[in-house]
Amino acid sequence: MNGVDLSTSLAGLVLPNPVMSASGCAGTGRELSAFYDVADLAAFVTRSITLDPCAGYPPSRMVETPSGMLSAVGLQGPGVQGFLASELPWLAQRRTRTIVSIAGSTLGEYAELVRRLAAGPGVTGVEVNLSHRSSEGSGRVLAGDAYQAARVISVVRRDSPPGVPVFAKLVSDGQSVVDVARAVVDAGADGVVLINSPPGMAIDPVTLRPALGGTTGGLSGPAVHPVAVRCVWEVHEAMPDLAIIGVGGVRSGLDALELLLAGASAVQVGSVTFADPSACIRVLRELGEELASRNIPRIADVIGRAHRLEGEQL
Amino acid sequence: MNRTVGGPVQVSGEVLTLKRVGAYHHLTLIAPGVAEGFRPGSFVALSVGGEMSERLLRRAFGVYRVRATGAYGGTVEVVFEVTGQGTRWLSRLNPGATLDVVGPLGRPFALPKEPVSCTLVGGDEGSARLFGLAQRLRERGCGVHMVLTAATEGRLFGALEAKRAAKTVLVSTEDGSVGIKGDVGGVLPGLLARTSADVVYAAGPDEMLHTVAEAAETHGAWSQTAVDQSMPCGTGVCMACVLPVVGEDGVTRMVRACVEGPVFRGDRVRWGDLGTIPDGTRGEPR
Repeated sequence: MNGVDLSTSLAGLVLPNPVMSASGCAGTGRELSAFYDVADLAAFVTRSITLDPCAGYPPSRMVETPSGMLSAVGLQGPGVQGFLASELPWLAQRRTRTIVSIAGSTLGEYAELVRRLAAGPGVTGVEVNLSHRSSEGSGRVLAGDAYQAARVISVVRRDSPPGVPVFAKLVSDGQSVVDVARAVVDAGADGVVLINSPPGMAIDPVTLRPALGGTTGGLSGPAVHPVAVRCVWEVHEAMPDLAIIGVGGVRSGLDALELLLAGASAVQVGSVTFADPSACIRVLRELGEELASRNIPRIADVIGRAHRLEGEQL
Repeated sequence: MNRTVGGPVQVSGEVLTLKRVGAYHHLTLIAPGVAEGFRPGSFVALSVGGEMSERLLRRAFGVYRVRATGAYGGTVEVVFEVTGQGTRWLSRLNPGATLDVVGPLGRPFALPKEPVSCTLVGGDEGSARLFGLAQRLRERGCGVHMVLTAATEGRLFGALEAKRAAKTVLVSTEDGSVGIKGDVGGVLPGLLARTSADVVYAAGPDEMLHTVAEAAETHGAWSQTAVDQSMPCGTGVCMACVLPVVGEDGVTRMVRACVEGPVFRGDRVRWGDLGTIPDGTRGEPR
């Protein structure tokens, strides 16, 4: 594409390009196959798989907000058995690089999930969703707590096959994202995904009650993009060698480039796929054009480049 | 862009005409490729607000008509009411304006193999989704009867067109401003009996679909109901447009209106439990 080398390496993986789908934003992959081939992505990141089937939250599940949306789906999905039976085989058959996202309610659930999933066909990596609100709605989120997040990651790393990297998906609104990132890396994480959607809330103007069935929801879309750039920047500054996947409000190739410049080695395209089913592939094409227009030959040349002093050599 | 023949396409659509019809707006878009895969009951998902819009979610509309070819190339027509900022933006478009179109999407109405007696019930602008269906049914030799229902005369859509599309037309309004006064539950049982209806098709508000599904069941007819949910993506990835539907195995699941629907068998939808995760739903919190 434009003579630009789009390949990137990430925690031991060599990927043909840096653009992935974000968890929970690309369905099972099949839904988007009318628009592009998911095998062309750096990786397809699955929705977060839970141990048992999960019906999710009652409607309303989504509210449009300025430059974004609040969503409270509640991890609706078929459970690990249903995923292995009817979702992963389709991805594997198309030779899709698949990163399985997992969400447990207990350490034991995370361990069982990773044991059943990480060696599955075509599984390239594991992304750990640490923001799963338990079904009791306690609002307990592990991702903002260095100690709790590290406990989960050590269990997941222990039960993942060697060569399958484990990525911890962190948040912007708990303890310092740098502190949590250090803790999960010490616990064995091979990389971090920055950031999960921060919680938000909207009130319905007609009912005068919370607009979402789940009361609060994750804020996504361009509104959160600068928060993601900040988190990637801070973590890369503290740990320049850590593999970072940047995610949050990527709508264009320029947005993706920003996350790479801040220190991410790959990016995920999330809720913008709701607005544009071709978003992942369009962002990838635009990213190539952004580099070409700046005469930058390789993706590797832009990763973390914003941290360099002006005029500093590559 | 289109990878499967007859599947959805994503194209830049251009406004050909936009007309006010009673309480609604009738939008005709030049959108090549949509017509080819269209079957009655399918819908299109439109982007709103322009390229730099802060409004990111799509607006989904049941398709009124399509033309595969013509003076302007392929066109698709929808009828909508202004219910918020997105539809207001759409209602103010000028001819020549462009917007992103994805479609046709969703599971269409199932058509009978035999030339049976069919009753089509349209509530509000939902009736727009039934005219293409009426034509297909007539082509199959089915007897087609239509019911149009709304709160007031101004909220009916297609009453004149219905006379050409159907053997008989029955109009009911809640305020009695035209046709029979009252809701569809009052007129439907008698009509289904008179026409010996085998299949009932319906598109309109949820309460009306509930009423129609029950009347069909009581009469002993199949029913096919097209729901009108808010569908933020239209393609099945956002998981927002779910409703409780009973499967062949008798188990209730939260299914997506945009992919598993928007047309459902009326007797499968748990109409009284819309907006909830009913007891016994697969995966409900324990």
